[in-house]
Amino acid sequence: MTAVETAVDMRTALGGVEIPDPVLTASGCSAFGRELEPFVDLTAIGAVVTKSVQLRPRSGRPTPRMAETPSGMLNSIGLQGPGIDGLLADDLPWLAERGARAFVSIAGTRVEHFAELAERLRGVPGVLGLEVNISCPNVESRGEVFACDPVAASDVIAAVRAAADPGQPVYAKLSPDVTDIVSVARACADAGADGLSMINTLLGLVIDPDTMRPVLGGVTGGLSGPAIRPVALRCVWQVHAALPHVPILGMGGIRSGLDALQFVLAGASAVSVGTAVFNDPSAPARISAELATALADRGFATLTEAVGYAHRDVA
Amino acid sequence: MTGDPAVLATRAGSVTAEVPRAAQAPVQRVVEVLARRPVNAYVELTLAAPEIAGRAEPGQFVAFAIGGATSALLLRRSIAIAGAGDGVVTVVVAPHGPGSTWLSERGPGNSVDVVGPLGRPFPGAPAGARALLVGGGYGTAALVGLAARLRADGHPVDAVAGAASADRLCSVPELTGVADRVEVTTDDGSAGRRGMVTLAVDELLAGAGVVYACGPMPMLRAVADAATARGVPSYVAVEESMACGIGVCMTCVLPVIGDDGRTRFSRSCTEGPVFGGDRVRFADVGRLPHDVVGADAMGVVAP
Repeated sequence: MTAVETAVDMRTALGGVEIPDPVLTASGCSAFGRELEPFVDLTAIGAVVTKSVQLRPRSGRPTPRMAETPSGMLNSIGLQGPGIDGLLADDLPWLAERGARAFVSIAGTRVEHFAELAERLRGVPGVLGLEVNISCPNVESRGEVFACDPVAASDVIAAVRAAADPGQPVYAKLSPDVTDIVSVARACADAGADGLSMINTLLGLVIDPDTMRPVLGGVTGGLSGPAIRPVALRCVWQVHAALPHVPILGMGGIRSGLDALQFVLAGASAVSVGTAVFNDPSAPARISAELATALADRGFATLTEAVGYAHRDVA
Repeated sequence: MTGDPAVLATRAGSVTAEVPRAAQAPVQRVVEVLARRPVNAYVELTLAAPEIAGRAEPGQFVAFAIGGATSALLLRRSIAIAGAGDGVVTVVVAPHGPGSTWLSERGPGNSVDVVGPLGRPFPGAPAGARALLVGGGYGTAALVGLAARLRADGHPVDAVAGAASADRLCSVPELTGVADRVEVTTDDGSAGRRGMVTLAVDELLAGAGVVYACGPMPMLRAVADAATARGVPSYVAVEESMACGIGVCMTCVLPVIGDDGRTRFSRSCTEGPVFGGDRVRFADVGRLPHDVVGADAMGVVAP
């Protein structure tokens, strides 16, 4: 391999919408982008993926909400947020004024909640598209998580796709806590998802050996960080192999450009950087630069050439 | 006291103002450790960090990355700034877990990745007020810069430094050089008076026009309650565990009463770490009371 002098074309797309850079923030790991402004040029990254918003303001769960784990962390925030009114009044205008693209994560506990959120976000300036957080309990199915049931997941995605602005791509965010992620991915794609975000956190638990009780106020929590990277990469690989034409936004423990490269090679056409931001607030910009160098070093002239490259036949 | 901003901004029923943001944004830098000095049970690190030193105000903190680019400890360690000036920042590290122990082992020749200054600084004192500063354990370090600023502004300053035992005291010599009076208390009587800081606080409160405190939660609660009971405004710098320190992770929240009288889960990093002592609902830390904004959406309803 020889190093290539020319700059790599890093342009990619979310659904049909072109973005100048394949590195995005991850939902729940960069709030609504504002706090990263001292560290990252928010207009240069692919998009700010916002913390999941619901119809009403939410306090989130009581503390403790976090436990550090080997190469990762467990969190139980409980989707604290301003609700859609607050998002539309404050956070999205702030991003739009700066020319930053927002990929808005929406969440709910009923299909019609998701659809109403999509409706409210139609035509909102700066909103590039929607990421549908289906890792929420479905109140109409005794609290079973939408993402764990292909039928429930496709119901949400179909309703969102129908309600959303036709110009805004809809991505379904998948949970790895399922027996067969390909079947959920296929159900979402068939329901009209323009792309798939994978993966959400894995459900985990930490017990304090002193108190001999679970550390988190919410008992269980979502595991994130480099510890989950091989799981995430496996999910991206499997889904890209089964559904090669469905765009994937890859995420799960990405901390460096070479980590991001693995996701691209497995089939992701863009990536989100999540927990790494807690460690390094400038991580999205750094990882984008490292990924460009890594692609150039391997002889790629464009990012898109590298998408799924690990699946090629070798003699 | 009419015209004093700290009083004008006060909401009805509160004796403190909502603490304003810092004037300047934080930076992220890899900086050199200039000196390492063991102080009792702690380690004082001096960092060559001119951009952070130039922006820092008393009460703010910095957040350190632990280990290198492949460290398995991902979360930043947030530590109060003990001193800032002449291009250097000092912090007092209390080694208690693997991350803080790693940090406490840094010395000249090492570099660390640090973000700061972060959080809202201590607000100024009401005109002419005598200030009472109360520190618990290594929390006392956060008060040294404040004491100097208050003195420079012409305020008389009393200080109380407390700890479980003599080896857990911190920054007493530095405070002694600045404050008019420094009282020391230890739980076991190994230094100063035997007992809690409240022993000395109760005596000194009578003459105080404002109280500032940094230390463990139970101490902050006791000091804030004592001040509020006498109608004296108090400002507390909390030591909540934070994953990021910059406001994106939402792990460090406390129930805090806003200017509109409503309680919200407020981030200790960006809405704190300094809060009005009568605004933190200490009894509800770790709980979700029904009257917190957004508790209804969590299924918590009024009894």
